[in-house]
Order: sequence, then C-alpha cells, then structure tokens
Amino acid sequence: MTPAPPLWRLDLRPLGYRAAWDFQRDLVERRQRDEIPDVLLLTEHPPVYTLGKSAHRENLLESPDALAGRGAEVVETDRGGDVTFHGPGQLVAYPIVHLGGWRKDVHAYLRALEAAAIDTAAGFGTAATRREGLTGVWCGAGGSPRKLASIGVRVSRWVASHGLAFNVTTDLGWFSHIVACGIRDAAATSLAAETGHAVPLDAVADRLADAFAEILGRRLVPAPDDLPMARANAGS
Amino acid sequence: MPSDIIMPQMGESITEGTITKWRVGVGDTVERDDPLFDIATDKVDTEVPAALTGRLVEILVPEGETVTVNTVVGRIAAEGEAWSLAETAESDGEPVPADAAETDGAPAEAAPETPESPSSEEGAPPEPVRRQPRSSPLVRRMAREHGVDLADVPGTGEGGRVSKQDMLAFLDRREPAAAAPGPEAAETPPAPPAADTTDDVPGLPVPVPEPPPTAPVSLDGDRSEPLTHMRRSIADHMVRSRRTSAHVTTVFEVDMSRVVAVRAANGPAFEERAGVRLTLMPFFAQAAIDALGEFPVLNASLGEDHVVYHRSVNLGVAVALPDGLIVPVLRRADERNFMGLARGITDLAARARAGALAPEEVQGGTFTITNPGPFGALFGTPIIAQPQVAILGVGGVHKRPVVVDGDAIAVRSMVFLALSFDHRLIDGAVADQFMASVKSRLENWPEGDIKP
Repeated sequence: MTPAPPLWRLDLRPLGYRAAWDFQRDLVERRQRDEIPDVLLLTEHPPVYTLGKSAHRENLLESPDALAGRGAEVVETDRGGDVTFHGPGQLVAYPIVHLGGWRKDVHAYLRALEAAAIDTAAGFGTAATRREGLTGVWCGAGGSPRKLASIGVRVSRWVASHGLAFNVTTDLGWFSHIVACGIRDAAATSLAAETGHAVPLDAVADRLADAFAEILGRRLVPAPDDLPMARANAGS
Repeated sequence: MPSDIIMPQMGESITEGTITKWRVGVGDTVERDDPLFDIATDKVDTEVPAALTGRLVEILVPEGETVTVNTVVGRIAAEGEAWSLAETAESDGEPVPADAAETDGAPAEAAPETPESPSSEEGAPPEPVRRQPRSSPLVRRMAREHGVDLADVPGTGEGGRVSKQDMLAFLDRREPAAAAPGPEAAETPPAPPAADTTDDVPGLPVPVPEPPPTAPVSLDGDRSEPLTHMRRSIADHMVRSRRTSAHVTTVFEVDMSRVVAVRAANGPAFEERAGVRLTLMPFFAQAAIDALGEFPVLNASLGEDHVVYHRSVNLGVAVALPDGLIVPVLRRADERNFMGLARGITDLAARARAGALAPEEVQGGTFTITNPGPFGALFGTPIIAQPQVAILGVGGVHKRPVVVDGDAIAVRSMVFLALSFDHRLIDGAVADQFMASVKSRLENWPEGDIKP
C-alpha cells in the first residue's frame, strides 16, 4: 500500500492579509509546477474586511474610511464569495491543494472544507451543519441559523487556494458592519459563543489540520523550516 | 475555423457558472495555458486557461452573465489560422452551420468534461445544406438524441439562438405524452387559465404546473443590466414562496374611525413622551400581535412533516427601499408595550432605509406586516415570507361613506386588511376568525388608551 501523499502544515500567526495573499500566490505557482506537495497554511489576520470576486459593495454597511476608523482594512481579493471579516480569534486555513491529485470537483472540495470544520466544531462539543445552497458551516439547526465558518476558494489550473475562516473567539461585533457573505439572514457566531467558554486557537488549529488531512486522504507533516519565501514575505 | 470556448464543468453537481472577467479582449492573442477568463460558481472563483495559442475572435457571453455548463462562451482561432475579425463580425448575427463548431472540437483543457466527442462526428455524413441557428453543444446533443432539426426549433436567444429551454419547450410540444412529469400531474385537474386567480378564491389550492422560464428578448435600443444581489434574492424568495405555500388571501374591511380619533387625541402627548411620531402602524401591529395570541397557528412555521409553533412573536415589518424591499424583524414584539412597539418599528424602518441593519435583524421573523397603502392601493395580496405561514397587508386608510346603525350613512375612516395565509396549515375559517379578532380590536380600541 502506498503511503498517503504528504500535506505540509505551516503555522504563521499572526499574518497580514496581503502578506498571506502574496504568499499563497507564490505557493500556488510552486504547486502548479509540482515543486511542492499540498500545503495547509494556518493563520490569524489583523482585522480586515475582504471582498470576493462576486462581492457587492453594498454589503459593506459602512464606508472603507469608517471601517478604517474602527481599525480594519478593506481588501478586494480574488477568492470566490462575497464580503467577510477576518480578525483576531478567528482561525484561517488556506489549503493549497492540487485538485487534480484529489478530485477535479470544486463543489466536492467545498464540501470537504465544510466537513473538516464540522468535525472540528464537534471536537469542542458544538453541533454544526451544512445548509443547503449556503456554503459554509452553521450552528442552530432548526432554529435561527448562525454562521460559524465561512468558505471562499480560488482555483487556478486546478490548484485551490484561499479556504476557510473559522470563528473561535472572534469579536462578533465586527460582523455587524457587513452583510456577511451577502446573506441577509445570516448572523455570525463563534466557538466561544456556542460553548460559553474561550477555546485556545492552537487546539482548534490542531483539530482542523487533522480533520482536513484525514478527509483529503493526506498525511499531515510539518512544512520544512526552509520553505522558501515563507518567512521573507511574512513581514508586510 | 475558430474553436468554441465552452463553460467548463468544475464539478459533478455544477450546472452553471458566471463569467466574472474576460482577461483577453477580442482580437488579442493568448498563449496556451494563459488565463482566458474567470468564472464564479457558488463560493469558488476559477481561472480558465486557453486551450491553445491563438487569437480570441469572439466573446459570446459577456462579463456578469450566468450560463449553463457547456455553453459556448466565445471562440478562439488557432495561431496561423486565416480568420479575420471582419469575417467574424459579419457572421455574428448570421446562423452558422451547426456542424462547424462540432467537428472543430472544443478546446480540450477548457472543456475537461465536455460530452462532445469530436472524433465521433468525423465519419458522419455531411448535414444537408440548411442554415442552422446558433446553439450550445448541449442543445445540439439534445437535438441529435431526439432527432430534431435545430432549424425547426424557434430560438428566443439573441440572434435566434436556441437555448436549452427552447429545446425543452419544443420537445414538450412535440411529445406531450413523454413530457408529462408523472402520476401527480396526471391527477391534476386542468389548471385555471391564470395562476393568480387561485389567490383570491378561498378554497382548495390547485397545483399549477410550473411554466418553463422564458428568456427576455432584447431589441435594438433596449438596455440590459445584471441584477443586483438584492433583486436576485428578492426574486428567488418570491418564486420560492409561491411554489412552497398554498397562498390564499382573505380581505376584511375595518372601520378605523376610533383608532384615528384615539391617535388624534393622544398623538402629541405620546410623541413627546416616546420621542417618535405616532403612526397607525403600531395600532395594526398591536392588534395583530394580540390576535396571534388567540390563534397561535398563524405564528408558526411549517416543515415537511411537522409544524413549529413559535413562543414569541418576531414581527417582520416590510420596508420599501429605493431599489428593493427589506423586512426587518422586531424580536419578541409580544413582550413590548404599545410605546415599545412604536419605537421599535420606527427605529427598524429608519435603519433599514439607511442600510444600517445588522444581519440578525432581518432574520427569524414569525409573522409579517406589510403596508401597500401609501400610494393609494386599496389592498394587495402579499406573498408570505418563508418559512412563515401568514402575512398581513395593510391598505390605505381612506374616508368613505358607510352604512352604520341600521340605515344611517356616515363618513368613516376605512381600511382594507388583506391576510395571505398558507392554506396547507391554516384553514380558511381560522384565518377569518383571526381577522375578525384583529378587526374587532381595532374597531373597539379603548378610548384614550394607547397602552403606555
């Protein structure tokens, strides 16, 4: 039996959104050239509102200047999806995965990301589910749905980037300034809000990395220390 | 001959994609594997690379448009191929031979899972010389499978393009028996001519077959713009609601003279105390909330095999916006006093118009009031906000001569209240009892009492 292909785990926390984006683009190109295996980048951003390619600016309920006044940057990015927020207390997972080496099906990949987040939530005693037609991971099945994790992906020559934002102890007040993901009936929640106590981000990162690797059929290994550019780009 | 560029299928369950960006302009050259255009499907954006080095000669699907998988979105001419732009422009409105694109072969990489197999066509005898309208590979395949000549199918797309819907409609007409969806439809009595009329007839709802969507026809000088997110959401919700609930609307006429008098007598003092203008809306809201306490089945949600009776009344109040409609929700409206209702409704409406609602403020409604009256409508037949089961429409309050006290005629302030309810859950008698309760509460509003 051949061993499962490796998945390099790389923790860089905290990391500015733009720096992480640059780094992802670099990783995507390397992955396309097959210079590296699949990589799972785990990070946490300073406050930032990001607009996906399908974003509607009206879903930002305040001007970029007003949001800057609150300490958050606004960035237009190239992932799928609408508006979302990243910030302290939110675990962000960017898997750089060649779908050609897995399944050439971007929806199946979205479902895999959801499955990893659902498994992670369950690991901390929180029941989360999918909602038909609304990509992401939700709490409050049957009652008022609350979004625990958001998903937005970009695929370039079958290499996926961007990924999953999982609220652990995120200050949910940040979400009141946007129509998150363009879904008007979506409230945000966090693992802390659901469980009633703060959960360490490290523990959630461990669980999510394990779950994601298992669902993708990959063997989780630490990324080599000398992964080129990894730290050089991390400054900005 | 240029090759078709098709909307690739990015996964098994993916049926359509939106072109978000053309990275190459018509007439520009592109290298094989360089990004040609970007597409969005659900939460994924994908860069589609060119399958060959050449020149983009035609863009058939502009940015912002959503098309089904395998639709031809543009054409690319291989390097060195003699294909002038002028020639393309000329052929633009003209039908092209149907076999042209097919024998050409779709670009392999841009179309990883295209069902079209170029080689299977090569040995086929040439089609008779008949001008063929434009269509997608999917439609051409359907035509082959059903032995249909595309020239016989009326196309509703631009330049007479035959869409999948056109083909389905054509096949439906040609094969009515085969098109019957199933045993349910067989039992369906003939549908009434207009689906709308079922709304106004309190009685058994009649299932109405869903008509195939008709593509809008765009003529010279018409303006076409993509839908905003809000408009798409509204459109989706409205259609889904009409498909989900068995809408029936019952209309009551209510004498508002007493409420109008109470408001006139207490308005100024109330406004000073509450800090908000006293409109008629909190009166309707209070009457509805009290009546919901009597008839909880109207404050419920219907699932497939169960009904949820809500403990609180979360009152949705529809607010018109310049470019749409939003329904903010006043939570636990039943726990508020009259002043709390008035303040809450005013606050939500103001913030809705300012676009300053938090996402949780537009969800979780259990009953909705809408107000189609301000422009003179007598009443409307509102559409239920899913998954609720009823919505109360308040018409305009107008002075009318009415017969009172036996045979006397008096001038009274009258209003029509229209309740749309889901007949799957609510019987007509219950809906009418609820409305009678609302009417009675409004007509007998305690003199001088606006519940502080």
